[in-house]
Amino acid sequence: MGVEVITHDVVIMGSGIAGLRAAVEIKRKYGDKIDLGIISKVQLMRSHSVAAEGGTGAVLYPEEGDSFALHAWDTIKGSDFLADQDAVWNFVKLMPEEILLLDHWGMPWSRREDGRIRQRPFGGHSFPRATMSADKVGHNEMRTLYNKLLQYDKWERYDEWFITNYVVENGIYKGLYAINMKDGKLYLFRSKAAIIATGGVGRLYAFTTYSHTATGDGMAMSFRAGIPIKDPEFVQFHPTGLVPNGILITEGARGEGGILLNNKRERFMARNDCAPHAKELASRDVVSRCIVKEYLEGRAFIDEETKMPYILLDLTHLGEERINERLPSIREISIRYDGIDPAEEPIPVFPAAHYHMGGIHTDIFYKVLDENGNWIKGLFAAGEASAASVHGANRLGSNSTAECLVSGKITGILAAEYAVSSELPEAPEPKRSKEEEDFVYGLLKRESGEPSYSIKHSLEETMMQHFYVYRDPNSMAEGLKKILELRNKFFTNAYVEDKGSIYNTDMIAAMETMNLLDNALIVAKSAMNREESRGAHARVDHPKRDDANWLKHTLAIRNGENDVRFSYWPVTINTWKPVERHY
Amino acid sequence: MALDFEAATRIPPKMVKIRIRRYNPETKKMWWQEYEVHAHKGMTVLDALLYIKENIDHTLGVRYSCRMGLCGSCGMNINGTPMLACQTQIAQVASGGNPVITLEPLPSFPVVKDLITEFTSFFNKHKSVKPYLIRKDTEEQETPKGHLKMKPQEFIEIFQFSNCIFCGLCYAACPVTAADPEYLGPQALMYTFRYINDVRDEGHEERFAVVDSENGCHRCHFAATCSAVCPKAVDPAGAIQALRSKLFKYRLGFYRKKGSKPLPPPPEKGERKPLPPEAMLVPGANLEQLEKEKVVISLNNK
Repeated sequence: MGVEVITHDVVIMGSGIAGLRAAVEIKRKYGDKIDLGIISKVQLMRSHSVAAEGGTGAVLYPEEGDSFALHAWDTIKGSDFLADQDAVWNFVKLMPEEILLLDHWGMPWSRREDGRIRQRPFGGHSFPRATMSADKVGHNEMRTLYNKLLQYDKWERYDEWFITNYVVENGIYKGLYAINMKDGKLYLFRSKAAIIATGGVGRLYAFTTYSHTATGDGMAMSFRAGIPIKDPEFVQFHPTGLVPNGILITEGARGEGGILLNNKRERFMARNDCAPHAKELASRDVVSRCIVKEYLEGRAFIDEETKMPYILLDLTHLGEERINERLPSIREISIRYDGIDPAEEPIPVFPAAHYHMGGIHTDIFYKVLDENGNWIKGLFAAGEASAASVHGANRLGSNSTAECLVSGKITGILAAEYAVSSELPEAPEPKRSKEEEDFVYGLLKRESGEPSYSIKHSLEETMMQHFYVYRDPNSMAEGLKKILELRNKFFTNAYVEDKGSIYNTDMIAAMETMNLLDNALIVAKSAMNREESRGAHARVDHPKRDDANWLKHTLAIRNGENDVRFSYWPVTINTWKPVERHY
Repeated sequence: MALDFEAATRIPPKMVKIRIRRYNPETKKMWWQEYEVHAHKGMTVLDALLYIKENIDHTLGVRYSCRMGLCGSCGMNINGTPMLACQTQIAQVASGGNPVITLEPLPSFPVVKDLITEFTSFFNKHKSVKPYLIRKDTEEQETPKGHLKMKPQEFIEIFQFSNCIFCGLCYAACPVTAADPEYLGPQALMYTFRYINDVRDEGHEERFAVVDSENGCHRCHFAATCSAVCPKAVDPAGAIQALRSKLFKYRLGFYRKKGSKPLPPPPEKGERKPLPPEAMLVPGANLEQLEKEKVVISLNNK
């Protein structure tokens, strides 16, 4: 017996924009010299990146006033000064080429009258630099990269393989275990290098813009492998998730001139206590807090059927023609899911979980680091799964697809460079494979118990109630208690009814829930630990930013079965001094 | 399907019966199974399926992800028509008079388990039409310096066809695909047109060679069921018709491809926008140097 082994030079975990961009970089630079495997729990083109809508941030028009310095400053100010400024410089400088490359690979970027690529305003950016493909940026970037990859040979796709864990021994990446959903068997993938590009953790929350599949598997398995998770307390709530189902209504809607109204039909963002200058285009943490405050002070609407609070996003003044040209998906989504035509009526929205600033601890070149800053040889992380950190405590809109591209490129280059100059590391110890099999198939052995779904839904509600936009220490303590109870319930009683081996999605769902339970523990403990308010992390008991004590990155590290310990990592400040933010 | 402006506001029947054609690949058994689900306003067919999977029958196999009509995972036959479960309202397909919704796996795709089907052949056909931008100057393509010129109208001409989400509904609805598994099918042919129609592309000769074949665009019978079921209004039928028209012009030597060249930077319009006064430099920081320094991506770079 023993697990079957598959070997490649480089393995990419995940097939979103970051994973596909890394794959394209490896293939276009190294061609057949690198034997590449791409493992994804969905079919390669179906990753959550397709849901990105509004734009990708890049400096395309210095002749018209934009500059790297301005993009860097906006990003750093947006991050509430927790971003590493050297990482931000790399990011802004590498971005323009990414836009041009995509243009040359077939990306349908929207156009200006002069035939050049169109950009629009976005929150927190002081220049209109969100590069747009109407409002289907993620969809079209995914298609462009996937299609581009089809041009190359010598790469293997593993569509619908679920990675259970990866192995690090003595500071070296050794391989990963994955279930092929088509036969239900566990396989060991060995490779010289691996890139984790598994996306964010948004399905921790019930009201979310994320796909059902965004369960942060890469972060959870990194945590289990002893890798530090950087800044996990910072979860971004996008101001405008469609009520009731949370589907994203792009910031581009406000970029094009959409305004937010409370139940008195007041444009509250213009008030002095919100963002009198930037108004609806303040950074997302600011807008989301203002919206939740409107609700807490009785100025939100309440949906009769679901009892969900909401405020209104009004686009009616833009006119049907402009909405069709610039925001066609928003119109389609509003009509399909709410029966509301935004050209005629405002749409109901509320802050929804949207992005995780935190992630796997890496350096500014996306090499995965241990607690002491040593590179885990062969291992990289890209996209939302990583924290380099470009976004610090709050990410600006249009900077996520951008970072996926840049980090995909960087990790592609470095993983290939490492693979051509190194030997395949030894396989993990045989007993490790046995442990993994016991763990995976152990889930199938229990004959009764609680299905994972109810545990997952209780977890989503717990996170909404106790770790949403505003965070109260007593409430968080209560939330943590619930998380620990749910963890206990899962590990002692979770039950997989389906005993089949082909497409056993019941078993996969249980493993996703287990990953969410790890991620919840990490986010909750870190949120309780950081006693200040910065960016997306707003503590009611510590409403101010505290640079004297907290201008540092959190590193959350696994500590036994149910605990996290903390270490800290310095913030690189090589350009601008932290100052108080005003929008 | 045409966008139904009212579907999400209609009240569905309180209780719907979901009838699913199931298949267990391990026992090779096919059977029909019925589930009763409480419906509510705004509930989609995917919501109902997830309710069943989470609460009634955990063994049900269904593929899904984004739940917003973008990832293309959840195509299936709903009451006999290929549709996306996530963007179909219960109220669209069930009524008080007929509260039964029948779900089957997409036709023309081999069934793997329950509603999950095999897409490999579909993906391979897509790949066969070279679905990527082909430029003669590959060096410029991989080290670009300027935007490729494209007018807003030229963008709109490809944007519609770029909206394809690879969900396979068109393929499932196509009568020719159903009869001939070798036929490239509406999705791949539409994609051929999408690139041929792209002013930036210079690969039309290679692509015409692929589709001007026994299994290519001549097999289309213009049933146009593909366009009728397309969940993103891509209109593969229109694309195939236009592709065929271009192909015949090409055969006669009349086809003229509009080209696109990289544009220089736009003429200078104004001053560099200054940083706000709150952006105060740390001692020793040199903004000009920070902006100019090249990013070196290498493992040797510390």
